[in-house]
Parts: sequence; structure tokens; C-alpha cells
Amino acid sequence: MPGIGEVKVGIVVARDFPQDGTKGASRSDVRAGTVPVELTRKYDVLVVGGGNAALCAAISARRSGASVLVLEAAPKFYRGGNTRHTRNMRCAHDTATEILTGPYTEEEFWEDLLRVTGGQTDEELARFMIRESKEILHWIVEQGVRWQPSLGGTLSLGRTNSFFLGGGRAMLNALYRTAEDLGVDVLYDAEVVDLDIQDGRFQSTTVAYGGQRHKVRAAALVAAAGGFEANIEWLKQYWGDVAENFLIRGTPYNRGSVLKMLLDKGVQQIGDPTQCHAVAIDARAPKFDGGIITRLDCVVFGIVVNKNAERFYDEGEDIWPKRYAIWGRLVAAQPDQIAYIIFDGPSLEMFMPSLYPPVKADSIRELAGKLGLDPQALETTVETFNQAVRPGTFDHTILDDCRTEGLNPPKTHWARRIETAPFYAYPVRPGITFTYLGTRVNKEARMLMADGTPAANMFAAGEIMAGNVLGKGYAAGIGMTIGSVFGRIAGREAANNARN
Amino acid sequence: MHATEALKEADRLMTVCNSCRYCEGLCAVFPAMEMRRAFSDGDLNYLANLCHSCGACYTDCQFSPPHEFNVNVPQTLAKVRNDSYKFYVWPRALAPLFERNGLAVSLIAALSVGVFFFGLMAINDPAVMFGVQTGPGAFYRIMSHNAMAGVFGAAFFYAIAALIMGFRMFWRDIGETRETLTNGVSVWQAMKDTMALRYLDGGGPGCFNEDERPTDRRRLYHHLTFYGFFLCLAATSTATLYHYLLGMQAPYPWYDLPVVLGTLGGIGLVIGPAGLMWAKVKRDPALRDENGRGMEMAFIAMLFLVSLTGLLLLVLRATPMMGTMLALHMGFVFGFFITMPYSKFVHGIYRFGALVRYAKERRALHEPTPSKAKALAIPNAKAGA
Repeated sequence: MPGIGEVKVGIVVARDFPQDGTKGASRSDVRAGTVPVELTRKYDVLVVGGGNAALCAAISARRSGASVLVLEAAPKFYRGGNTRHTRNMRCAHDTATEILTGPYTEEEFWEDLLRVTGGQTDEELARFMIRESKEILHWIVEQGVRWQPSLGGTLSLGRTNSFFLGGGRAMLNALYRTAEDLGVDVLYDAEVVDLDIQDGRFQSTTVAYGGQRHKVRAAALVAAAGGFEANIEWLKQYWGDVAENFLIRGTPYNRGSVLKMLLDKGVQQIGDPTQCHAVAIDARAPKFDGGIITRLDCVVFGIVVNKNAERFYDEGEDIWPKRYAIWGRLVAAQPDQIAYIIFDGPSLEMFMPSLYPPVKADSIRELAGKLGLDPQALETTVETFNQAVRPGTFDHTILDDCRTEGLNPPKTHWARRIETAPFYAYPVRPGITFTYLGTRVNKEARMLMADGTPAANMFAAGEIMAGNVLGKGYAAGIGMTIGSVFGRIAGREAANNARN
Repeated sequence: MHATEALKEADRLMTVCNSCRYCEGLCAVFPAMEMRRAFSDGDLNYLANLCHSCGACYTDCQFSPPHEFNVNVPQTLAKVRNDSYKFYVWPRALAPLFERNGLAVSLIAALSVGVFFFGLMAINDPAVMFGVQTGPGAFYRIMSHNAMAGVFGAAFFYAIAALIMGFRMFWRDIGETRETLTNGVSVWQAMKDTMALRYLDGGGPGCFNEDERPTDRRRLYHHLTFYGFFLCLAATSTATLYHYLLGMQAPYPWYDLPVVLGTLGGIGLVIGPAGLMWAKVKRDPALRDENGRGMEMAFIAMLFLVSLTGLLLLVLRATPMMGTMLALHMGFVFGFFITMPYSKFVHGIYRFGALVRYAKERRALHEPTPSKAKALAIPNAKAGA
């Protein structure tokens, strides 16, 4: 194809996925020499990405009358990036509904957002998003998505968050079905390797598909291709070699190459590039795509030690879901980025089960041996902890009065002696969920260029622009809110843009 | 330790699913799973028989193949379910009938048809067998009413007895008690769930069969089959009452109750099985247990042939073909009766039992425990902070 010279790709690393055992990850819809959609025509709207934000944009652009092409870099099975692993969305609503147990006002949503971000949010944009989220609750249903009451083990979210029937992949499947029925063209295994942008105007993109490069033109661009959490090389720029020990909770296709291209070509950056959302997950999880089932809800029930068998943080600082996110970061700061949650028999069934069984032993010494820790050191740590535990009434649903005294770091709630065999341990590592770096947008979801001028025909939605609203921290289901709200707007605006 | 590879795999999957729970709104299987942390063979056989094979959890699962976690609940539970029929069969000596069930059921049916056809030919004058018979008692000139009632009654009651014995094995093995079965609330709930096929709808959007689109019509076809079957049973029962209470002998006129019921039922029992068979042919291989295919096809074919020969008998009863059609129809009906405990027919019995148990468990689950009541009393986690 003429006109395609050297293609610059942001950051290239050898794909270490699929690995052995991921049998079909290489299976795809690519048939040598055939392209299921017409790449030579000029589409009105090109959507890059294949998750919630991308599909909401595609559907909304198509419903506004535009011709739409979706380019998803992943094979069909892995389509949708992090959306595959989600399960709910946080939308404001003024009254209880069939599936939501009570009202969640715009103001309360805003206060929650303000708290989790510590003020690192664009208030105008955030309040706008929250207002729009009310409508999304219904709009998304019109796109074929179904709700269900909150899931077992997530009672605390029953008022604020709407759960997808069947989870995130079911939600995605519904959006894809709707998009296809509307006549949106979708191409899988189609990786955008270059964007031609002149003076804030998108001209065309170069797509690698089926071993060939194709130039695809469109009147408007919606970038909804996620963050760069699966790009270990990129993470290493900020974290150093420590990032080698990170596990990535979502697909290996969230490589941030589109984000990188946009920033390189003059789009204004937002969000702290060094930050990512990290939780502590089972160290035995696969490198990529372990999803929800590798999470561990049991920090509050025991103590957490590093590879030197030493405690390093107050395990009882706050109610679990709220402090879920800090433990990834804490473990990342420990030697070799590994830690061990240690607890005893009576706690075993007090939390949600997870994929891998805990390591089990009849004594602390034996447990240390199985974990490869110094038995003497672990015994000392547990013994010191046990002696510091004050009597109290244990109740893991509230901030109870079970705490330690004279211990550093303390355990300020739910402190119970670890003394009843069998003893258990879960090894944990940082599990990276998403990154905060993104492209600056306005209320039209239109990207802003570095000098502050709005881009002529480029829009962004989803994780790629989440940093506008969520500068740091996390509140369950907010990523999906950002994706659907801004996806819907981006699609509509891109379609309008293409028409004019 | 589990008895089979399929049970072992089911145990692994239930551990995966129990730490995810995204599918709990789809059907009864996942909420039932959440009530457990460890899974015995009995538990897994219960869950497998609770599964209606709607396929939604496969399509919705982020860990289904080609993901390395390789989560395929519909196929695994289909294997466990099909194995469970063999495991609980009565008498145990007949368990091998489930090994190559398609062949076994086909052979028994063929044998039954052959015996009826050639037997009736042997005992009847060709002029009777292949002549035109009309008026009350026409059928009984081919085979006497007492012989019919005796032969079919015996086959039917044997089948019922064997089914009850099999069900007892199942019920005990999953750890259930007689009390559960005598609880009217649970039984009524299970009857409603059965009659509506409540869990054959993917939680609302519909079932999956061929691909990712919930376009499956198996619920409709199953309803036609199920209600067709009961209409045919009602037709036979009405005819029995006519015979013994009113002294009216078959064949009855087309507008009379036994014929109307039988015709409607027969039509359902032709369209339903045909549709089910078509759906099975088109079913995504990833969702099915390859070894169970013979059993499913033989059972559906048997239902189809029972009703088809019944309808043909109705149409041709005033012609010289009546004797032949009666022999064929009786052959298939007899074959169907005696294979009931040894065919796919048992799925309905075990599934109903599983639904009764689930109805009981669900009620227990919705009576809040102290810790749940406390959690519910705090609508927002923040309240604790």
C-alpha cells in the first residue's frame, strides 16, 4: 500500500503471551489474505479499542447515523480489555430501583469521588459525568445489557452499584450484539500501529492485520484503547525492575500503544504517569488475565509479613473494600515484591474463597518452612504479635475494638491471636488493574491538544481518559461509569463531527 | 477424592466459580454452589442435575476456553449428569445400559417393535391383521384389551418402580431426607420451576446453543415435548376411564376427549422432539458431552416415533394399515416404557429432585443469619468508618 513508510510504534516489547497452556490465545478470526470488512472505504467514525467505552461510542455514533469501524487489537475471545473482568457500574440515582437498594444522589457520588481521589479530579467534568451517569443506568439497558441485584459477597455495594447479569463479558457480548445488529463493522486482531495526525486533526491510521498493514481513513477518531498496565517495559520506566514482579489482572492487550501515539503527537497529557491501581493478589496467579478469582479478601483476618517474616503495615487500618487498593502498593515496596498473609483455623471460612487453596501447616514453624521463610523469624513475629493483642469483641463488619498495644506497626482493629492450628498462608504480589495516565478531554469527550486547543476530530473515552476524573484512588465500578458516559458522548460527538 | 475424572473437573470448576460468582444471577446452580465450600460426589451430582444446560455461563465466562483456566461448566456438568444416570440406576446390574445408551435403547425399541409386529401377525389371521376393522373394539380384534392392559400395565409399573428406586439412590447420595420431599412448599416451588422451565432462559436473555446469540428455542421445543407427553398420558387415562367406567370401547370418534387430547399431545410430541433434535445437531460442540449424544438422540427419536406412529394410527385406522400401525405404535410405546429408567427420561426425575432441594436451600438462604442481618443493616460500608 502506498504512502506508508516507517511505522513508529510507541514501545515495542516481545509479546510474552500467549504462554504455554493458553491454548487458543493464538486462535483468531484472521484468515490469510481476507479481511472481513472493507478497509479501503472512508468511515465516518473510527473507534480504536473494543471494551465498554469503545462499544458505547460505536453504538452511539451508529445510532447518530455514522458509519463506524471498530478496531480491536485482541483476538475475539479476549476482546474488551478490562471490561471482561468487570461486574458493575456506579451510577447516580434518586430512588431505589428493582436492583438498587436505595438512592445514591449526585452529591453523594461526588463526595465519594472527592474522597477517593483526594481532590485529584476535574470537578466540572466529574460532576458532569455523575449527572450523565443517571441516564446511563437506562441507556445501557437499551443497548441490551441486563442488570441483576448485587452479587453475593458484595452487599456493601447493593445501593450504589448496578451489577451486570452474568458479569462484564456478558455485558460486552450484549454490546457487541447490538453494535453488529446496527451495522457497526468490527475487526479483531487489528492493531493500530500508527496514527496520522496533522495539526490536531486525525487523518488516517495504519492497522496491522493478518500480517499486512492497511491504511484506514475516517472523518473522526474515538480512542478507547485503555491504559498501559500490560506493558511491563513501560511500567519499568517508573518502577524499575520491581515491575518485573507485577502481575497484570487483565488481558495482555492493554499495552497503551494508542495512548503513547496520541501523547507523542501532541495531545495533552493528564494523570500521574507513575501511578497505577494495584491490589494484592495471589502470587500464584498467572502473569496476565487472572481476573477477579485471584483476589484475596483476608488481610484483616491475620497478619501480613514480607520475605524476612516481618510485619510492615497495620492490617486493621480500615474496612477491607476501602483499603483494598493500598496493599498492592505496600507489597510492591517490600523486598522481591512478595508478602504472605498469615492466619489461623478459625478465620478460614470468614472470607470469600479464592482460586488457590491456602498453604496449610500444623505449626507456624512448619508453615514458615513451606513458604521458604525463616522459621525462627516467623515464630518470633507471630509470638510478638500475639502478646500485643488486647482483649476485645471481634466483629469484622465494623471497626471493632480488637487491637494490639505496644506493637509497631500496630494492628488497630480485628487483632486476634494467631494460635489455633491449622495455620494458613497466602503468598501475595502486586496485581496491576489499571493506569492513570491519559489524554485530556473536555465535556464533549474531545481531546485537547498540548496548547489547550480542542482537537478537530479526535475524541477519547474510557480508561485512556479516566485520569481526567479519577486522578488517583478508586471506587468500585467507576471505571465502567467513565467508559459508558464518555463513550456514549464521544460516539455522538464524533458522528456530529463527521457530518459537518 | 472423586469417583470419575468428570467429577474431579467439576470440583475444580466449582472452586473457580465460587471465587468469581459473576454467574449467580443466571440460574440455580451458582447460588446452590455458593452455599458450599467443599464438594462431595453427591453435591456435584446434585448441581449437575440442577443445571438445565442453558449455556449462558459458558458464553458469559471470562475464563472459558481458550483461557488457561479452561472453565466450561455446561460441558463438565453434562458429563457428570450423564454419568449420574448410570450411577443411580436400579437395578445396578443394568448400569451397562448407560454405557452405550443410544445403541441399547435403539435395540430394545427395535426388538419391541419386531415382537409386536411379528407376534401379532403370527397370532392373527391375515384377514384380520391386514383387513379393515372399524367400530367399537376394532383395536382389540388385533390384540385383546386384557392382553394390552396386562402387558402395558406391567411394563409401566415396572418402569415406575425402577425410577423410584433410582431416585432413592440419588436422593440419599446427595444427602437429602424424606422430610424435604414431603415439604409442600419446596415441592410446589419445584413443580412451578419445572413447568415453566424457569432455569432454561440464561437468567432472562435466553439460552445459548449454536453461538453467542441467545437464539435458542429449546425451551419452546421442550415445552411442546413435555406438555405433549402429558396430554398423551391424559388421553390414555381418559380412555381407560371410558373403558372401565362408561363401558365405551376404543376407537373413539375424532372429536371425543381421548382422541382430541391424544392428537394435540401427539402433535406437540412430534414437533417438540424434532425441534430438540435439530437444536442438538446444531449445538456448539464445546457445550455438549460427546458421550451423551447417543443417549439423547435415542430418547428423542423414541418420543418422536411413539407420537408419529400414534398419529398415523389415527389417520389410518379405517384402512387396512390399521393393524400394522397399531403393532408399530404399541411396539414403540412398549419400548419407551421399559427403557424409561434406562434412558434420558431419568433426567426429568433427578432434575425435579434437584429443584426440590434447591427450593429448600433457597428459603434457608433468605432467612438472614446474624452476620448477614448485621451487614444488611449497614447499607453502605462507609457507615463503619
